[in-house]
Amino acid sequence: MKVLIVGSGKTVYFLCKSFTAKGYEVVIINRDHQECVQLARDLSATVVCGDGSDADTLEDAGAMYAEAMLAITPNDQDNLIICQLAAIQFCVPRALALANDPENAEVFQELGISAFSTTHIIGNLIEQRASLEQVINLLPVGEGRVNVTEIHLDEASPVAGSALSEVTLPKSALVAVVIRENKPIIPRGDDRLLEGDRVVIISLPENHGQVLKIFTGNRK
Amino acid sequence: MKNSLYIIIVGCGRLGSYLANQLSRVGHSVVVIDADEQTFHNLSPDFSGFRVEGDATRIAVLKEAKLKQADVFFATTHWDNVNLMVAQIARKLFHVPHVLARVYDPHREEMYNQLGIETICPTSVAAEMFLLAVASGRAEEGKEK
Repeated sequence: MKVLIVGSGKTVYFLCKSFTAKGYEVVIINRDHQECVQLARDLSATVVCGDGSDADTLEDAGAMYAEAMLAITPNDQDNLIICQLAAIQFCVPRALALANDPENAEVFQELGISAFSTTHIIGNLIEQRASLEQVINLLPVGEGRVNVTEIHLDEASPVAGSALSEVTLPKSALVAVVIRENKPIIPRGDDRLLEGDRVVIISLPENHGQVLKIFTGNRK
Repeated sequence: MKNSLYIIIVGCGRLGSYLANQLSRVGHSVVVIDADEQTFHNLSPDFSGFRVEGDATRIAVLKEAKLKQADVFFATTHWDNVNLMVAQIARKLFHVPHVLARVYDPHREEMYNQLGIETICPTSVAAEMFLLAVASGRAEEGKEK
């Protein structure tokens, strides 16, 4: 797979390193000549020095053969135009833009460009991980469309002592495994949840908060 | 068309301020947006519109300028990408009836016309004027002979 990355700094360097390790062909586009020289020296990627929102630069970088475009410059306007150019003029099948201003993530989506906001992602991580001590693990799968969460049931958990069938879960959530004294149990409806259990829950992000509340109760 | 239009101009440089002064003078309600407060000095003393200091690529700033109510939207900053982004937001998300963006790069102009964004490219306009001058110069030369 050929991936184009427009941007600078450590993110680009490490992304490129991890992509090339996976066997992807990476082309980096960067405006700063000195940084380009450094990147070319340190990485086994092709580095093109130029403006990523310029069609000629994209052509030099081989955009017509690229399968993915990643625009992660610090300027939202550049990221949007780079991705639109890649998608419209070069028919790159996947173009992803960084929205530095989290509100622009939605704006880009409405303009037809997939976008993500690091502020949003980090914010969510902190909220989900740090604010609830009993949430032990959180793993997004399926590009973040599914959450796998491990919750420790302590004495304050409203579901400790109830049979699984008595716990009302939202439709798209499932208790996959209960780990009791280090032994995994695939629970059935008549199995009881006990204090000290670790339950592994599969849920969708939209009802994730609700699911957390059911197992940990209302606390801050 | 209404007699008095609500016009938003992004960028208060030479072009933006010129448009703002002229349009305000003939009685339109004008709002200028620029990230640099200094550029508001380009506005004439009789400019009766509003000034919004802020980065127009932030949707909050555009909302502050009441983009929803705008009849006309001009993007005149020095950066093509800024102009193209805010013009698309005005046209596609806020359905402003008349949107125009200044774009220096003639290549970019093509693509955005495809996307339904009207653009004015000073390079193309100037080139046409020059070519016209050459053509008419020749014509006059021909007459003289």
